[in-house]
This record gives sequence, structure tokens and C-alpha cells, in this order.
Amino acid sequence: MQHENWKGFAQGVWQEEINVRDFIQNNYKEYTGDASFLAGATARTDALMEKVQALFAEERKKGGVLDIDTETVTSLTSYAPGYVDKDREIIVGLQTDAPLKRGVNPFGGMRMARQACSAYGYQLSDKVRQEFRFRTTHNDGVFRAYTDEMRAARKCHVITGLPDAYGRGRIIGDYRRVALYGVDRLIEEKEKDKAALVDCDFNEETVRLSEELFKQITFLGYMKEMAAMYGFDISRPAANAREAIQWTYFGYLASIKEQNGAAMSLGRVSSFFDIYIERDLQKGILTEEEAQELMDDFVIKLRLARHLRTPEYNELFGGDPMWITEVVGGMGEDGRTLVTKSSFRMLNTLYTLGSSPEPNLTVLWSTALPEGFKKFCAKVSADTDSIQYENDDVMRPIYGDDYAIACCVSAMKVGKQMQFFGARCNLAKLLLIAINGGYDATSGMHIGPQMPVMDGGKLDFDAVMERYEIYIAWLMRLYVNTMNVIHYMHDKYAYEKTQMALHDTEVGRFMAFGIAGLSVVVDSLSAIKHATVLPIKDADGFITDFETIGGFPKFGNDDDRVDLIAKDMTHRVITELRKTPTYRGAEHTLSVLTITSNVMYGKHTGATPDGRKASAPFAPGANPMHNREENGALASLNSVAKIDYNDCRDGISNTFSITPETLGKTEEERVDNLVAILDGYFAKKAHHINVNVLNRETLMKAYENPEDYPNLTIRVSGYAVNFNKLSREQQREVISRTFHEAM
Amino acid sequence: MTGRVHSFQSLGTVDGPGVRFVVFMQGCNLRCKCCHNPDTWSLTGGTEYEAEEVVRRAARFREYFGRTGGITVSGGEPLLQAAFVREVFELCHREGIHTCLDTSGSLLTDEVKALLDETDRVLLDIKYTDEARYTAHVGCGMTAPLAFLDYLNARAIPTTVRQVTIPTVNDTEADVQALKEIVAARPCVDKVELLPFRKICQVKYDNLGIPFPFGDLPEPTPDRMQMLKNLL
Repeated sequence: MQHENWKGFAQGVWQEEINVRDFIQNNYKEYTGDASFLAGATARTDALMEKVQALFAEERKKGGVLDIDTETVTSLTSYAPGYVDKDREIIVGLQTDAPLKRGVNPFGGMRMARQACSAYGYQLSDKVRQEFRFRTTHNDGVFRAYTDEMRAARKCHVITGLPDAYGRGRIIGDYRRVALYGVDRLIEEKEKDKAALVDCDFNEETVRLSEELFKQITFLGYMKEMAAMYGFDISRPAANAREAIQWTYFGYLASIKEQNGAAMSLGRVSSFFDIYIERDLQKGILTEEEAQELMDDFVIKLRLARHLRTPEYNELFGGDPMWITEVVGGMGEDGRTLVTKSSFRMLNTLYTLGSSPEPNLTVLWSTALPEGFKKFCAKVSADTDSIQYENDDVMRPIYGDDYAIACCVSAMKVGKQMQFFGARCNLAKLLLIAINGGYDATSGMHIGPQMPVMDGGKLDFDAVMERYEIYIAWLMRLYVNTMNVIHYMHDKYAYEKTQMALHDTEVGRFMAFGIAGLSVVVDSLSAIKHATVLPIKDADGFITDFETIGGFPKFGNDDDRVDLIAKDMTHRVITELRKTPTYRGAEHTLSVLTITSNVMYGKHTGATPDGRKASAPFAPGANPMHNREENGALASLNSVAKIDYNDCRDGISNTFSITPETLGKTEEERVDNLVAILDGYFAKKAHHINVNVLNRETLMKAYENPEDYPNLTIRVSGYAVNFNKLSREQQREVISRTFHEAM
Repeated sequence: MTGRVHSFQSLGTVDGPGVRFVVFMQGCNLRCKCCHNPDTWSLTGGTEYEAEEVVRRAARFREYFGRTGGITVSGGEPLLQAAFVREVFELCHREGIHTCLDTSGSLLTDEVKALLDETDRVLLDIKYTDEARYTAHVGCGMTAPLAFLDYLNARAIPTTVRQVTIPTVNDTEADVQALKEIVAARPCVDKVELLPFRKICQVKYDNLGIPFPFGDLPEPTPDRMQMLKNLL
């Protein structure tokens, strides 16, 4: 097959089948140089960005939400076209008819939509409420099927944050397909797939797929309509760089108009765009400055994306994040790097437009990356605190070289795999429930297998572990079953048609479970093993506190006596999870990631044997508990690196803050040292790291005088936030974290 | 053999080239008034470690060292335990780890000379540029460190000379000129660093219940530091 808009591209199987990777491999130009070719922001970009900054300031002033359209249910074509500055914009398209105006999306749950409106002083219109009166939402469906035990686990917060009242997200449409093939070709292929079902037995699975394909095809049609409203015909392939970026963005825009998933990530678009940019540069119809403008304008659109959330949601996922995660860099299976000039251009937006949490720029790090790119990344990190790193050398053998990251740390092949997102369970709370024989002292609820409270006197490690194993087995089975309910209902009532239309019809599925409080549990078990832990009982005979006598090895000091407990714990959890079958045969995966919910999980958890007080926050993700590291930053990194990625295929998040002075004396030294640290950490087979190079004092000043730091960006746990958008409680927790500092 | 170690720092970026594993030895023969590690003075504190154990720990960070990093032994005064440090360095060299010695250069015994056989780079503190201030603020004369530097020069051991810049004590342009003259005569010195006097160690003095002799002096301003560094 040939198309006139493909002229100048090398041929390949990508023309015969939907295969973006093949297109990239046959056409991209690797770049091994440094950042000196980059152009800065143009006057046009500055002027547009000034308007955008004014909108952000207005939004902040109004308490975080600029405006809500309470009359319209969000969808691909329900709003008139919107612009920031029509004459200046190169890439167009907004979620509603005005920038930062949020739409309402009641498909996940009506109550949530109502609460979200009222939290910001709006009222959801009767019109919308009437439209949904006889409609089942995802939330309705889930609660119809939940068992009493599932509700109880949710209520006492041993499993929380589940996507049972909001869109699950963590699905990445292959938005590049819109640009490369045009929508008509995509529809044609989907129709072929649907027709081919004729040979299948029409069991439940086939019937469901047949209906899903119908929905996918319908929504691809809506996507064309949406683009036409902005004056573009996306039925055909993109003809140049500007169109390629615009078409890709329309694919993404259609998805965020249809869905309000927790994390709706972008994928891996930079080096794909680079092929079009290179073609235009060679033709002489584009300059470097204009190429950067295209990237800048695209990124401005991403920074304007918003969903309407409830206050409870913000407690879990602070800072109003979208997780528009874009991965850059990485190596190809053939040994060439996938770094292109557009990888640099994408990171350069943090200079041309200023630092920002979105898009969630994620560097796929390999020790084999070109030095020039490594150094540029380190410089951007030190200057902006806006990027994170994930280990390409660990993921590439599993996912190939065209995978991306959904949300923070969840890897998947673009357009070929998706996941059923499952928040996390609270391992620290579970330990306390186990010791108390099925009683949660924080909520006063009995839950899980019922047995006697453990005897008074020194806690015995083997006895505690024997107990804990019983409760882990109980909770993991309940967790899988609960997730099966949620995702059955999400598929049924809030299926992501637009995004799934941009996947292969045969798609691989993961079911992603998570744990919170790993370092609390690990240090608690270490205390029980190496020190003397005496339980303290309340008047009713339940253990509510501990006296810990003597020292014990703590996670974060590169000490195998405790670090191996962490490795063992994650292995136990995934092993237990695998025992219960999943909805649609999804592959069980596990993450050690908390987003900002470590504060909320801690709040609902009693005192623990490691000396952590009741209600005190957990460390985020897989981080060691704050300020327990005694041998410096690298020892802390080594501890986290021991957790096996094969047990935690949904990611192991580590957030690292270091003061500039500790990283080196000059900018050049800081860049070189950060590169060495990243090379070392990833050579140890670690998975992920957020890097912040800043002083605690800066955060304290921003805490006191937020108006002086409107754009202060900081990496928290798999994503970055605007510091001022965190709750006061979340801000205090971030300030209390370890800042690696040499004395 | 065993040595007395005060502590380990797994990420050192300011004591020698690149990313370094830093071992702080316990015990010091000097009492510098600007010292920021008074907790390392005592000859009896710290924890005893076998040399093999120290090297085993350092080797766990090999991946981070890149092309330039390695181990730095600091203190306290590492020369007080020269035989132990020599064994550490010898074992490091077997592991291919670059070795760096951070010292005041106040001793030059046969054991110290043997340690220098295994030392890839010396970070030498030249605290002041005259006898009077050495005697007043360090507790040893200036002859020993200069003899040490001459010995390094004779053996052509790559050396970084360092000086802590203390306002009102040694922060004039003339002080920097004097330091430059010392260095110019010894080509083994390929780098000179001025380090700003810092007082975050006040808390250590408070914990030990002893006065911080220079605790009342101000820290140098960044501008002043830059101006002095520009003279180098």
C-alpha cells in the first residue's frame, strides 16, 4: 500500500499492517550529539505562553478550578471548538470550548460528578442529572456486585484508592497511528477484525469483543468529526510535521474528552515526530526554530489538559495531575539509540516554556545512551526538577523497544498492551491486623480470619511471620476478586473506546496491584527480628502500640539483613496474588508506588514496631523511611535496587532529593556526578528514580510564601507536581523527607 | 588488620574526583579551630573494621564510580592509622578502585610513605601559609605539611591542595597569592580548591559539650568566595 503523504519514507511492513514500530525503525535518524543545536523560544511562543501563565494564575486564584461546564456531558463532539489565542496557535484543540474550563464526566459515577462540582462552588445541572437518571454508571455497577467483605476492606482502608468511583486510566492509545495512517485506514482495519469474528464461537468473550469493536469504530468516526470542527480532515495520513503532531494530539484529545481516567499517558511520540520533522527540514520547509515551536505548542496543549476531580481523589493523587507521561530516549533492539533530536526538543520545552509537572517527562535510561543526551538530561534535572528516569536496560528485554510508561512506572507495549489499574493495599496496616488476630484498631472493625490477639511479651519473629502469611494470603485473594469486579464493570459501563480503537484488537492485559508501606513493614519486621519489640495493649486487650528496645538494621543503608526482607516481601505478595485468577486472563503485576497517598495511608494506620507513630505518613513508594539512612545517598539507592523488578513488573518507585552542594561544586561536576549516579543505580538493575536537586529551605520558603513560587515543580512519587497544588499536609510530608546532604 | 572508623558516606562528590565512597577514620592529632568533624578527634571512639570489610563495602558502589570516582579515606587523620589505610588501598587496587587520601600531611613516617605507594591522589590541606597561624590555629607547625608536600612532589603523586577560607583569618587576596606561591613550586599539585568555612557543625560541638573555637566567625559570602577563586 502507498499513500502520497508517505513520500520520502522508507518502505516496510508498516504499509501493509498497522505497525508504528516498523515505521520508526525503518525511518528514524539517531542522534548522538549534544544539545548545542537547540533553538530557544520564539516571540510567538513567549506571547502565547504569557497568556497561558495568566490563565494558570487565574485558576490558582479561584482555588484550583477556573471554570466548569455543568450543562454538558463531556464527549468528543459536545463542545464548540476552543482556543487560547487562535491567531497564534499552531497546534489546536481544547477539551471544552475554553481553556482550563473543565467538563463533567458522570460515566464513572454520578455522585462523584456532583461532589466534584459542589467542591468548587458549582452545581451539576438538572439536565445532566436527568440524562443519567436511567443509566448505570461504572460506580453503580461495582457497588451492586461488591461483597460485604470487599466493602469492609475498602472502608477500613486496608485496600484503598481503587478505581471504583473514577476512571481507571493507565491505558495508552497509540495516538501516533492517527498521524501515520489517518482514521479511515484505522476504521478499515477494525472492520476487518470485526468481520473475522465470524469464525469464532460466539461465547461471552467474543460477544463482548464484537460489541467493543463496534464502539471503537463508532468513536473513530466521532474523532474525525471532532477534528473537522477545528477544520482538519484526519481521515487521511498526516502530510507534514505540523499535521503529524496535530493528528496525534487529536487522538489524545479525543481520549481525554471521552474519559477521565486517573492517568491518561501519552506514550512515546518524540522520536516518531522526529521522522516528520527531519523530512520537512530536508525539504527546506521547516527551520530548527519552527520545529521547536511545534513541540512547544504541542506541550502547551498538554499543560492545559484538566479533569474534574473530587477532594477525596486529590487526597490520593495530590497536585491535580494528569500523568501525560511521555517517554524519551532508550535504546533499540538493534543497538542503535532511539534518541533523536526531538528527544532533546521535548526536554527543551522545560526551558522554552519553563519547568512544569506536565507532561510527565520520563527518560528511559540505558548505560549505553549517548553521553551528550545523558548530560543534557542531568542538566535539565538539576535545573528544573521535572524529569524522572526508568531503566530501559531492565524493561527493554521484556517489552521490546516500543513500550511506554502509563502513569508513573507502568510499562506496556504501545498499542499492544494495556492494564487494569488497581491502586494499592496497605501492608503495614495488614501487619497490625494480623498481630491483632483480625481486628483493625484504627477503624474498630473486625476483618479477615478471626484468631486470638498475639500473646503479650516480646514478639517472636517466626510467630509473627506465620501469622502475617495467613493474612497476606487472605488479603491478596480478596484484592484480586475486588479488582475483577471493578474491571468487569469498567469494561461494561465505561469502556475506553477511543483509546482501545488505537490498540491492536488482540491486546495483552495486565492487572496491576500495588502495595503501600513497604519500608514501614520491612523496618518493623527487622525490629521484631533484631531488637526487642514489646506490644502494648489497650483496655480491650488489643495491641495499639509497641515499645521497641535496642537498635535494628533499617532499610536504606545497603544492609542485607533488612534489605532482603523487602525483596522477600514483594516476592511473597506477587506469589499470593497469582493464586487467584483475573478477569480476562490478565497477567498479575505488582507496583511499589504510592503517588501522594502515603500520607493518607499513614493517617489510617496505627503505631508500628519500627517506631513510627500512629497516623504518621509512610515513606512514598519504595523509599526508605525518612531520615533513617545513615550511610548516605548511594547506600539508600542500593537498598531499593535490591527489590526484584521481576516481582514488581508494575514498577518500583524511588524519589531522591539531594542538595546542589552535595552533588558537586560546579555545574559541570554536578552534571557528571548525576550521570554517574544514574549509571550506577541502573547498572544495579534498579527500576525508577525521581530526581530533585534542591534545598529543603526552598520548599520551606514556598510553604510559607506560595505566591513567590508559582511555578516551583518537584518530583514526588512517579510524577511531578506544582508544589503549591499539594495540600498543606502533603507539603509538610514532602519537606520532612530525606534530603541527601553531606556534612 | 583492623582500623577505627568513624563513619562511611556512600556519596561523596566533594572529596576527590567524581563520585566517591568516603571513609572517615577515627582519631586526630590536630585540633584545628575551624574543624567541622570534632566527633572524629578521639583516638578511642569509632568502630573497628577489618580492612577487607571496608573494601567490601566500597566495592558495592563500584557501579557509581564511572571513569573518575573511587574511594577517599578522610578523617580524623588517616595518617594515624597509615598501615591500615595502606591495606585498604592495596585491596582497592586489586579491585580496580581508584584511591584518594584526604590528609593534613602532619606526619611522614615509614608507614605513611608505604601508604603513599598505594595512593593515587592526595588531597592535602594547606591550612595557612605561615608558621604563626599554623601554630595558633592548628596545633602543629608548618614545617611538617610542607615537608609532606615536598615528598609528594619528589614522588610525583597527583595532589589537590585545599584550603578552608575563613573570614578575618585567611580570606585576603594576599592569602591566596601566598598559597599560589607554595603550589607553583611543586608541580605535583594539579588542582587547588578553596572551600568555604561552614558552621553547620556547631551542633556536633554542642552534642560533645565543647566550644567551637571559630564558632563566632561568619561564613564567607558566595561573592567573596568567587572573587578569591578567580585569583587562582
